[in-house]
Amino acid sequence: MNTVKPNYTRALDLKHGRVDMSHGSGGRAMAQLIAELFAAAFDNEYLAQGNDGALLPQAQGRLVMATDSHVVSPLFFAGGDIGCLSVHGTINDVAVMGAKPLYLSASFILEEGFPLADLNRIVESMAQAARAAGVPIVTGDTKVVEQGKGDGVFITTTGVGVVPDGIHLSGDQARPGDKILLSGSIGDHGMAILSQREGLTFSAPIVSDTAALHGLIAAMLDSGVRLRVLRDPTRGGLATTLNEIARQSGVGMMLHESAIKVNQPVEAACELLGLDPLYVANEGKLVAICAPADADRLLAAMRAHPFGRDAAVIGEVLADAHGFVQMTTRLGGRRVVDWLAGEQLPRIC
Amino acid sequence: MKYVDEFRDGDLAKNIAANIAGEAHAGRAYRLMEFCGGHTHAISRYGLADLLPPNVRMIHGPGCPVCVLPIGRIDQAIRLAREQDVILCTYADTVRVPASANLSLMRAKAGGADVRMIYSTQDALKIARDNPQREVVFLAIGFETTTPPTAVAIRQAAAEGLKNFSILCDHVLTPAAMHAILAVEGGVALDGFVGPAHVSTVIGSKPYEPFADDYHKPVVIAGFEPLDVMQAILMLVRQVNDGRAAVENEFTRAVTREGNLKAQELVAEVFELRDAFEWRGLGSVPHSALKLRPQFAAFDAEQKFKVDYVAVPDNKACECAAILRGQKRPQECKIFGTVCTPENPVGSCMVSSEGACAAHYSYGRFRETA
Repeated sequence: MNTVKPNYTRALDLKHGRVDMSHGSGGRAMAQLIAELFAAAFDNEYLAQGNDGALLPQAQGRLVMATDSHVVSPLFFAGGDIGCLSVHGTINDVAVMGAKPLYLSASFILEEGFPLADLNRIVESMAQAARAAGVPIVTGDTKVVEQGKGDGVFITTTGVGVVPDGIHLSGDQARPGDKILLSGSIGDHGMAILSQREGLTFSAPIVSDTAALHGLIAAMLDSGVRLRVLRDPTRGGLATTLNEIARQSGVGMMLHESAIKVNQPVEAACELLGLDPLYVANEGKLVAICAPADADRLLAAMRAHPFGRDAAVIGEVLADAHGFVQMTTRLGGRRVVDWLAGEQLPRIC
Repeated sequence: MKYVDEFRDGDLAKNIAANIAGEAHAGRAYRLMEFCGGHTHAISRYGLADLLPPNVRMIHGPGCPVCVLPIGRIDQAIRLAREQDVILCTYADTVRVPASANLSLMRAKAGGADVRMIYSTQDALKIARDNPQREVVFLAIGFETTTPPTAVAIRQAAAEGLKNFSILCDHVLTPAAMHAILAVEGGVALDGFVGPAHVSTVIGSKPYEPFADDYHKPVVIAGFEPLDVMQAILMLVRQVNDGRAAVENEFTRAVTREGNLKAQELVAEVFELRDAFEWRGLGSVPHSALKLRPQFAAFDAEQKFKVDYVAVPDNKACECAAILRGQKRPQECKIFGTVCTPENPVGSCMVSSEGACAAHYSYGRFRETA
């Protein structure tokens, strides 16, 4: 850190203060916000360089880069907040490429009037998530928009990682006969957000599953199985993710409803609102597709990790020129698990 | 999940399916209409068609609130939002229903109209209280299920003296639509109805008795869970086999013969019958919809903003009308799945997952490719 004391007359009031236009003006107030809040929380050698970009050491392997914007409402929810979510989401996007995530950038768009206390909570949460994941936030940006032109805070994070030689994961690699595995229950994040937004309470609270999955993915890769596809089923849920993979690979899929875990409070909330958990967002789950002979070994590796202990084989890849993702229902019938048309809306009556 | 898992048990479903297959006479066809979109959704979502013998065919009825709303009614709402600068509140899928001039409420919103999707009438009231300087209109649609909450909102608004709240009333009545289907000359051949679930919790089973008595059509009221639907189909097959036509109640855990009298009184206090109402697919049906009673005229957006209903013909290529009457299957429409898809619906049956076309497209279209 720079040891020269900056000439700010008064420390940021992180208890009662609010974001104002000067915090995005590029002047002293912005420098103070960056120094006292962001740099203090994210504290690492690259950020301390204080330049417009971070100068990073050479990395071995192919580079992976992913970026994600976060516009969640409410900003704080059971199991997390927009801060840790913005770290986990981008780490996962890098990790599902088979990469070791190395660095993150963070860009903040703040709304005039946003309480500094809330911003502090968010930044602390990001810092903690980044430290726990071992992926530092090495550069960033701050802008302020006028009141009414934002939603409190928007965060964009970009991640960089490296893929070791010999690993090639891609959505176009699924082949007929492959097995489809899911790391745990679905719908927890989306329903945690929605139930809080709608003021729904259940006897067992719904907690977001937000988590960084690079540890689980490293364990899966270390097991030596021939992984073909990894993807985190975030917005649009499991159904959308599988349809994306089916389209990329030019294959169909057959899922088994009884193998897909949905926690009871999530199922209850979905029932109440007329939503299908297959389309609800997750932030700490992954889908894996592997050669059929490797499925048992991969399943064992996933179940040995805390974030994969509920992993299951949920279906198979099929040869299907139509690219349908189908499902055998718990009742014994069959249905298409289609792309979502627009956004999922609750039923009327 | 208690009270839900019990009605989604795969083994029980197979037992009922075996009974249906065993009792349905091989030599005859059973054409059963599930009136309600909730049943259409359940049949599609759980793949129930796979559990039925080929001679037991389910026909989708007009019981999806957004499907039966004619284009002119959505136009009315859009005109209010765009020309009168009101905050237009509405339920869910209504925002995607195609209107005139390539518009929908969603597209009107993207063009600057203040359209807000709400979950309950209480949300609409809150928006009105929070925006005293703006007029707030609730596009009130749906069958007998959604009418009592609208009545509650009107009473609350009246009690609070809320001056900036009104409704565009498009509440419609189930029995009138069933009459309209059966009364059509040369109409669809039906052997019975799976009666609505939520609607019947309000109106009870009694209003269906004329269909059994006068039209000799069996009615079995069923819940929305897949086993409810399977059991109702079995009960209908038995009635058909016996040559009986009665109103039977599979959904006894929620429906009585008399229904919810308190809700009925509340609706009667706030609403009265319209002389006629135009339905999509069924045309103008007498005494098939509700309007506000004169003492609540201040809350009637049609009167308050002088927005008349202008009938608009459906797209010529769209066969929603025949599909809503049970005369055609979705896949028999020329534009199904090509021009008309859930992303770009030409007709409203392709909008809601409770609509026959959207349900078949989203859940069942693999059957045509087999």
